[in-house]
Amino acid sequence: MSAQANTNALANDAASSEYLVFSLGDEEYAVDILKVQEIRGYENVTRIANVPDFIKGVTNLRGVIVPIIDLRLKFHLDKVEYGGQTVVIVVNVDDRIVGVVVDGVSDVMSLAPDQIKPAPEFGVTLSSDYLSGIGSLEDRMLVLVDIEKLLTHEEMQLVERTAESA
Amino acid sequence: MDISDFYDTFFEEAEELLADMERLLLDLDVDDPDVEDLNAIFRAAHSIKGGAGTFGFTVLQETTHLLENLLDHTRRGELKLRRDIVDTFLETKDMLHDQLDAYRNGGEPDAEAFERISRVLQQMALDELGQGEAAVKGEAKPDPVPAPTPPPETSKAAEAEIDRADTGETAGRQLSITLSGVSDKDRELLVEELQHFGTIASQSGDVARYRVVLDSTESQDDIEAVLCFIIEPEQLSIEVEAPTAAADQAGPQAPAASEAMPDTEPAPAVTPDELPEPDKVEPKGGATSPRAPGKSGGKSAKGSESSTIRVPVDKVDQIINLVGELIITQSMLEQTASDLDIVSHGPLVNGMNLLQRNARDLQESVMSIRMMPMDYVFSRFPRLVRDLAAKLGKDVELVTEGKSTELDKSLIERIIDPLTHLVRNSLDHGLESPEKREAAGKSPTGRLTLSAQHQGGNILIEVIDDGAGLNRERILAKAKSSGLAVTDSMSDDDVWQLIFAPGFSTAEQVSDVSGRGVGMDVVKRNIQEMGGHVEILSKPGQGTTTRIVLPLTLAILDGMSIRCGNETFLLPLNAVLESLQPQSEDLYSMAGDDQLLKVRDEYLPIIALHHALDVTGAKTELTEAIAVIVQGEGRRYALLVDDLVGQQQVVVKNLETNYRRVPGISAATILGDGSVALILDIADLHRLDRRKSQQRYEAKHQHLQEVSLA
Repeated sequence: MSAQANTNALANDAASSEYLVFSLGDEEYAVDILKVQEIRGYENVTRIANVPDFIKGVTNLRGVIVPIIDLRLKFHLDKVEYGGQTVVIVVNVDDRIVGVVVDGVSDVMSLAPDQIKPAPEFGVTLSSDYLSGIGSLEDRMLVLVDIEKLLTHEEMQLVERTAESA
Repeated sequence: MDISDFYDTFFEEAEELLADMERLLLDLDVDDPDVEDLNAIFRAAHSIKGGAGTFGFTVLQETTHLLENLLDHTRRGELKLRRDIVDTFLETKDMLHDQLDAYRNGGEPDAEAFERISRVLQQMALDELGQGEAAVKGEAKPDPVPAPTPPPETSKAAEAEIDRADTGETAGRQLSITLSGVSDKDRELLVEELQHFGTIASQSGDVARYRVVLDSTESQDDIEAVLCFIIEPEQLSIEVEAPTAAADQAGPQAPAASEAMPDTEPAPAVTPDELPEPDKVEPKGGATSPRAPGKSGGKSAKGSESSTIRVPVDKVDQIINLVGELIITQSMLEQTASDLDIVSHGPLVNGMNLLQRNARDLQESVMSIRMMPMDYVFSRFPRLVRDLAAKLGKDVELVTEGKSTELDKSLIERIIDPLTHLVRNSLDHGLESPEKREAAGKSPTGRLTLSAQHQGGNILIEVIDDGAGLNRERILAKAKSSGLAVTDSMSDDDVWQLIFAPGFSTAEQVSDVSGRGVGMDVVKRNIQEMGGHVEILSKPGQGTTTRIVLPLTLAILDGMSIRCGNETFLLPLNAVLESLQPQSEDLYSMAGDDQLLKVRDEYLPIIALHHALDVTGAKTELTEAIAVIVQGEGRRYALLVDDLVGQQQVVVKNLETNYRRVPGISAATILGDGSVALILDIADLHRLDRRKSQQRYEAKHQHLQEVSLA
């Protein structure tokens, strides 16, 4: 009996995961916290020529050259400003370190499986391929981004193609 | 302690021994071999055999054993060396290498190959030594000293060897071997191993101190070299008991066997410090021993063991990265400190200067860790050239120059393949057959020179042959027939570059050496990937020189920082020829958009950096900008930038680690203020600009068409 309870607890633990919530404009998004390496300010980014506009360039992260991608440009948000509040989430996906520019980071949320709804089948700029679901938290809706798929699939390959045709 | 912990040590040592063996075999003068060299070759085989036996690599042990026997006869002058015998030895060495690899990869060596090589070696022993063996045996028989028990796998030839050795050397010489702090398990192995050297007269003791008395004719160094595969030299002491003393002691001791030993122990006990002394006595005891000179080899092997350490490359790389970080931090501090008042902050400024010097020194010494002499590469070629020349029926003399020139380890390993290819090419296509050479009035022996030298921040590696040279007509004809765009008026340099085109070969016949035309393009690509380039100089009838120019290291770059708009870029200093401010009278436009700059009777295409990299806010007026004349992959052009900032050494950071390759950019670096600057790729920048101009032209053209249609 107790053994079964234990397994249940374990299963629960494994299923409910923590997400870092960030904002792009008025919308709230979230990424798996385990993919996040650190959060830092937006500064000292060196522009790279002949790449899509949402790739802001590269920066020096303690001796490592890291590309910076602006999700606001990627998602075609109207207002894109860089200031003291602009935040870069440094994520670690597929053995690569990538910085992602967002408007702000709010908090870390723990979501149980029943709080995650499947992503709706729509969206042009943000294909549901890159969404792992919609997190519903009382009156808030969090768009759960599968950052690994987003960065490796779309972004990186798009960059590769653009570079070749340039 | 598990014996398998020592496998790696053995493999590495055995590999070095094999390399030594090959080098010595190749250097050997067949008609008048140097005894010292023969001894060294023998010792190498012997040490490998010992180690192989200890670790249970039977096949390796048996092969080396056969080889060792033959080598032993050779060094005693009983086996007259011939070229084909040396060939067989070399072949055996290759086989040993294969076997070693097989064991290293946890497998068993090819049994068939082993059978074959042992048959060859045994046959050679029979053919060459058949008579000598009988004679030796005849001599040995009357000797009163009982022959030591030979190891079980000993062949007939080996028996003869041991017999012969006994008569020749001090009869019944005893060695007292003391092992301190050796576990039972290791001890068993050691004792077993010692049996291969001779007869164990007695053994006794405990873990702390174990003494073995051995009737042996082997030199202490040989025994020590083998035992040191298992234990540390400090744990081992070997003492020669002088023949007389041995005889005296042997009397009461031999029957008393092991029980008697502890009592007599204090007398022969040796401390490691005393070791060298009896060591020196040994040659006197065996003055006739041909093994005496062998000592020096054993010594030097020990010496190098203590003066070098093996370190994984990634550890070194980590240190290099950290030193790079240190340099960046240091220049950041320096920038901050330079704003301070020097009078009130005297000590700080002094400290900063000291830090700068120390950091540079540290960087230099760390970089030198990765540097390896070109000999590492060149030493592979004597064998290759020898084999290939024999196969092709050519006489070739190989000359190497600048063996001690140092190059970064990562580069040195990558240069081997392209260089091998070039050497093969020179041998196959470049050098003519002896008859042709004589007909052309040249010495029948061709000369192939490998040379390496430093030139600024580059290393020049040249493969020079004094063969027929490249045939301009044939290359042009071949290029035409394979559809390459060529004209008869092309310059020689351009014609020579054609041989780097994929699928290009002028060899009339495809041989298994070269001529398939896959290769020169690969050579060129490999070298370009290393950041270098290839040049060919050729004169008909006088030979061809292929020159590889490589940067010394990929980790640090001498750069020229330039400014364009408000962005900073770095140019590799070795690509920069000169810089000047363009004067309007030197500017010429061509076919509308393209512009040329006249520099001393030469018209160079102009590439504006702000065009190629879309820099905003740059100076667009040509006469206000600075033209940097750059050269990359044989192309020369004028790069327009806003300003030259200065020269500096930078640590190269890969862009691909977290991102990807960017057109026109080779890598990135971190500047003193912590920001990232991109390092320009001169050759790629040219291609990028061409593509962009093409696009601009097409866009304009389309626009014009639309206008005219409307």
